[in-house]
Amino acid sequence: MAETRFMTINMGPQHPATHGVLRMVLELDGEIIKKSVPFIGYLHRGVEKLAEARTYHQALTLTDRLDYTNGLSNNLAYCLACEKLVGLEIPKRAQYLRVILCELQRLAAHLLWLATHALDIGAMTVLFYAFRERETILTIVENVTGARLTPSYIRIGGLAKDVPPEFETMVEAFIKEFPKRIDEYETLLTENIIWKKRTQNIAFLSAEDAINYGVTGPVLRASGVNYDVRKAYPYSSYDEFDFMIPLGSKGDVYDRYVVRLQEMRQSIRIISQGIERLPDGPVNAHALGVVPPEKEEVQHDMAALIRHFKIMEEGFKPPAGEAYGAVESPKGELGFYLVSDGSNKPFRMRIRPPSFLNLGAVPKMIEGQMIADVVAAIGSVDIVLGEIDR
Amino acid sequence: MTGETKDIQKVTGKLIRQFGEKVITIEDRGGSAIPSVVVDKAKILEVLFFLKADPDSAFDMLTDLFGVDNNKERPRFELIYFLNSFKNKMRFAVKVGLEDGESVPTASGIWKAAEWFEREIYDMFGIRFEGHPDLRRILLDEEFEGHPLRKDFPVEGPDFDKPFVVELGEEK
Amino acid sequence: MGVTEADKNVLVTSVDFVVNWARKNSVWPVTFGLACCALEMMVASSATYDIARFGAEVFRPSPRQSDLMIVAGTVTKKMAPILKRIYEQMPEPKWVIAMGACACSGGIFRTYNTVQGVDQIVPVDVYVPGCPPRPESLLAGLIKLQEKIQKETILERELISLPKMKG
Repeated sequence: MAETRFMTINMGPQHPATHGVLRMVLELDGEIIKKSVPFIGYLHRGVEKLAEARTYHQALTLTDRLDYTNGLSNNLAYCLACEKLVGLEIPKRAQYLRVILCELQRLAAHLLWLATHALDIGAMTVLFYAFRERETILTIVENVTGARLTPSYIRIGGLAKDVPPEFETMVEAFIKEFPKRIDEYETLLTENIIWKKRTQNIAFLSAEDAINYGVTGPVLRASGVNYDVRKAYPYSSYDEFDFMIPLGSKGDVYDRYVVRLQEMRQSIRIISQGIERLPDGPVNAHALGVVPPEKEEVQHDMAALIRHFKIMEEGFKPPAGEAYGAVESPKGELGFYLVSDGSNKPFRMRIRPPSFLNLGAVPKMIEGQMIADVVAAIGSVDIVLGEIDR
Repeated sequence: MTGETKDIQKVTGKLIRQFGEKVITIEDRGGSAIPSVVVDKAKILEVLFFLKADPDSAFDMLTDLFGVDNNKERPRFELIYFLNSFKNKMRFAVKVGLEDGESVPTASGIWKAAEWFEREIYDMFGIRFEGHPDLRRILLDEEFEGHPLRKDFPVEGPDFDKPFVVELGEEK
Repeated sequence: MGVTEADKNVLVTSVDFVVNWARKNSVWPVTFGLACCALEMMVASSATYDIARFGAEVFRPSPRQSDLMIVAGTVTKKMAPILKRIYEQMPEPKWVIAMGACACSGGIFRTYNTVQGVDQIVPVDVYVPGCPPRPESLLAGLIKLQEKIQKETILERELISLPKMKG
């Protein structure tokens, strides 16, 4: 009698659909997956160790490269933690601008997710439409910060400098156009029978499993758990904005898609409220030893020049202690836990990566499913390897 | 945002009543620091289970689990279990002190999220976890020597000035 | 050794011209996006920056069917053997563009697990610096590569050998 064995397949680190350098080893019984093991670490650059050798201001530039689809959210999480360590009060204008920029980044990240997820499943048109919108957002970000992908614009104490005068007009023009574009994507995908057949009832994750695995973000909300850091532990004046949290019910791939599209609509609401009510005022906290002076001041005033030099060379020395700053990034709860021993370099910078835990739940999701659905499942979780491997 | 201080005091009060002062030490850092307790290593699993099950604390999610290397101070290592409660909107940190070479029982029976966190702590610090289903390196190569996040490991690695040669071995 | 004057007859130079013209206008890259630079590479292939007008439209997932490897992102020591294996699977003629500061020289990551430049592992033809480089920089790098291909000759294609590599 012939003997049957399970087949082991390697979805290698170089793969068009793994969104980065992820390796999955799948054990198959025919086409059903018996067990799957993710292998990570192909992008481990040692950011946590490197931050211990840099001052607090210098370590900010490392945070952009973590979740590189939305650089400003990482900056914001790190700055929240630093500001708690030092005990700074951020002015209202800076808080509102931070909210507007982070919501723009949320839109950019969700557009990228939609483009690559649809491309994996086979809908190539959506890629070109979504990238067209993403270009508009990146142009706005570039106008304000100077860089498309790795801005480092949100600094400790506020922002690097104030936004240019055409910022408000550009953003208003964008949010007038954008809801029609989301309608375009929905026309292509939401009621499409092929899309539904490929995404409904695939890769379930129940609510208890999601909480047990530490999953956060749209994946958790698609399973029905109402947890969003913006509502549970509000930061940067989010409690003054009026928005809803979309929740799913079944926890399959289709639910995660719908949750993210609805989140995009809610982001538009937040941005329009922010632009309407944008207050005037300074964009930096008043903290002489921490916040560097403006460039114009440095060029005319000797004392400002000396202060700028000292801050850039030595940094600042926060009191010994610990602080945790968390934001709701498009992937989940992104947190920075800083331990300070009173010197000018962080004693320990710990990054709480949302995609790390979301990926840990993927083997549970795809157990018992067909191999053709692995790509849909990984795409729906929306992982970024820069964050997982740090 | 650390939640209402009254709720945290209720939680810490219950912990002390349940386990005694010898096991639990409340840390007082003041300001906007995170409320935390230091727990004796022998009772850590019971404390964590109590924190998850008790309705006043109800910490159903393990947000983070990581290690800190204190270098010359004692204890050498500190493990921080960072917990989050949806119902009571609280965050709480539970700390355990360890010396070099000591091991800790695994928390992956209480929260599945601990499995990968503990693998990463083993990879970066060299702390072993008893009872872990699959304790091996997660971020670095299997053959890597050393534990990078220890303070005595240089940032650039021990052999930075030697050229990097890739040998393509046989197919495994 | 090198090409002598007797070999440089009119027939060969016309063949050279045609062959190089065909090669440079249809370099097909293999998908090798590692980190943040991969996003700018994807944008370069989308509608606004359109890499297709230079012939590099089709990004092949399989290295056996591609000519160009754009190393976009940080190369770590764990990923290095895989990169070398993919490079060796590509058939001749093949070229490498190192995109971004991390691929050129290690970038800001001077740590224990980062290879300080992909040219320690494979020979590189064009370096595109930036963190990340704009899509237009990548297109400029591609045009430079096309100019380099135009100057080659089919009689002998020089292999740049690094001191540590064998063969």
